[in-house]
Amino acid sequence: MNALEVSDLGFAYGTRRALDGVSFTAAQGRFTALLGPNGAGKSTLIALLTRLYDLQQGQIQIAGFGLRETPRKALARLGVVFQQSTLDLDLTVEQNLRYHAALHGMPRALATERIELELQRQQLGERRRSKVRELNGGHRRRVEIARALLHRPDLLLLDEASAGLDPASRQALNQHVRMLCQEQGMSVLWTTHLLDEVHADDDLLVLNRGRLVAQGSVASVALDGEDLAASFARLTGDATQSAPAPALQRGNPAAPVPILTAPAGAPAKATPAAAHHTNAPHDSGRETS
Amino acid sequence: MTIYWECLRGIVLREWLRFVQQRSRFFSALVRPLLWLVVFAAGFRAALGIAIIEPYDTYITYETYIVPGLACMILLFNGMQGSLSMVYDREMGSMRVLLTSPLPRSFLLTSKLLATALISLLQVYAFLAIAWFYGVQPPPLGLIVALPALLLVALMLSALGLLLSNGIRQLENFAGVMNFVIFPMFFLSSALYPLWKMREASEWLYWICAINPFTHAVELVRNALYLRLAPTALVVCLGLTLLFSLLAVISFNPQHAALRRAA
Repeated sequence: MNALEVSDLGFAYGTRRALDGVSFTAAQGRFTALLGPNGAGKSTLIALLTRLYDLQQGQIQIAGFGLRETPRKALARLGVVFQQSTLDLDLTVEQNLRYHAALHGMPRALATERIELELQRQQLGERRRSKVRELNGGHRRRVEIARALLHRPDLLLLDEASAGLDPASRQALNQHVRMLCQEQGMSVLWTTHLLDEVHADDDLLVLNRGRLVAQGSVASVALDGEDLAASFARLTGDATQSAPAPALQRGNPAAPVPILTAPAGAPAKATPAAAHHTNAPHDSGRETS
Repeated sequence: MTIYWECLRGIVLREWLRFVQQRSRFFSALVRPLLWLVVFAAGFRAALGIAIIEPYDTYITYETYIVPGLACMILLFNGMQGSLSMVYDREMGSMRVLLTSPLPRSFLLTSKLLATALISLLQVYAFLAIAWFYGVQPPPLGLIVALPALLLVALMLSALGLLLSNGIRQLENFAGVMNFVIFPMFFLSSALYPLWKMREASEWLYWICAINPFTHAVELVRNALYLRLAPTALVVCLGLTLLFSLLAVISFNPQHAALRRAA
C-alpha cells in the first residue's frame, strides 16, 4: 500500500488554476522529493493534502484512507511540518508537544511516553522546558518534527521545512529526516525548490505551473548525460541561477545534488529515453509523455 | 468521548498557559473598564441620576449601575480580539495545527471559542474583585449565579467575533470593526445608561438599543448578579449564541480567504 495516492487533483482560485490533473504516489518507507519552482503549486498541494483547503477535483488517499470520505482516519495518519513555523513561541517545547497530543485525542499517559521518546530521538531532551522562543531555527524544526511524529503517522509531510535555516542546519535537517526514513521506515514527502536537498536515490516529483511534469527516480527523470539541475531547468524553464551544475553523482546515492545552477537557457535536447514525464503543461511545448 | 475530552482539555490548557505567559494582556484588558469605572463614572455620577429600576431594590450609584456593562465590555473586546487573532492564525500560525487535527473542525472551533471564553471570565472576575473593593458589592451569591450568564455572553460575543472575522481580509481592518461593531454595540446598549433614559432622548435610539444583542447580554448579567432571571435576555442570548456559532463554524474556512485574495 502506498503512503500517499493522489489522483487527478485540481484546484482553482477563481478562474486561475493552481493545480491541474496532478496524479502521483508516494511509496511506503520512501523519501519522495517534490520539487518545483516558486509558484508551481506546491503550497496549494500541501493545503489540500492537509485539508486546509477542500478538494475541488480529484482524490487523495493517505495510507489507504480517502481524505474526502474518511478525513479523520486519513489525517490521523499524516504528520505535517509547515513551511512557516506553527509552534507557540511563548510555550515550552514540552507544552507544544502536549498540545499537539491533545489535538489528536491522545490519553495523557500515552502522550507523556511518546513525548519522552520523541524528545530523546530528536536530541531535545535537555530543551524540553525551554520556551520555543529561546531555540534556534534548527532546533525549532526538530521540535516540529517531534510534534509531527507524536501520533505515529504513516506519512511525514514537510513543506519547505528547511526554509530560513542556514546551510549547515538545512543539511542537518535533511539528513535527520532521511535517517527517520531509513531507520523507522517512515514515508516522507519533502517539498522544496532547492536541488541540493534531493539525493540520487530519492523518488522525485517535479511540479511546474500546477502540473506534474515528471515523476520517478532521480535517474529516470534525467536524460542522458544530464544532471538534475539541467533536468529541472528543462522541465520547468527555471534557470535563474547561473553557476554551472556539477553532475549528479549516480555512483553515490547519499551524495547530495548541488543547488539548482543550470546555465541560462539550459538545453532540452536529449532523447525521450528513460524519463517518465507526466502532465506536462500543454501550453509550454515542453517535453511530455 | 475520551478523545474529544482530551482535545478540549488540551485546547483550554493551552489558552490558560498563553494567558499566564502574557500578563500584560491581562492587565491591559483590565485598564479599559477600570478607567470607565473610576474616571468616567466619577464625572457622570452627578449628571445621570439613577432611579430605582430592576433588578435593584433601591437607589444605586452610577458606578454600581455600569459594572455589569463594563464586565460585558471585557467580554466584547476579548471576543472580538480573540476571534480576529484566530483569523490571523488561520493563515499562518498555530491555527493550522489545530485545523490539521483529525477531529471535526466544528468541534475544534467550538472548543477554541469555549477556551477563549473561559479565559475572558478570569478577567471579568478580576475586574469584579477590584470593583468590590471600590465599593460596588453585589450579593456574594450573585457572583456565582452570574457565572453561567457571563459564560453564555462570552460565547455569544466570541462566536459573533469569529463570524465577523470570516469576512475580514486583513487584520488591519480591526479598526473598522472597532468603529462599526464594538463601539456602536457598546454605546447603543444599556451598559452605560438605562433604556428609559435613552427613550427620553430619542424613541428610535431607544429601539435600536432595545434590539441590540449587547443590551440583552448586559441585562442578563446585571440580573444574574442581583439574583434575578431575565427570561427574554436569556432566550435572546441562547438563541444568538447558537446562531452565531453555527454560522461562524460554517463560514470558517482558510480556503475562503485564499479565494477572496485571488478574486
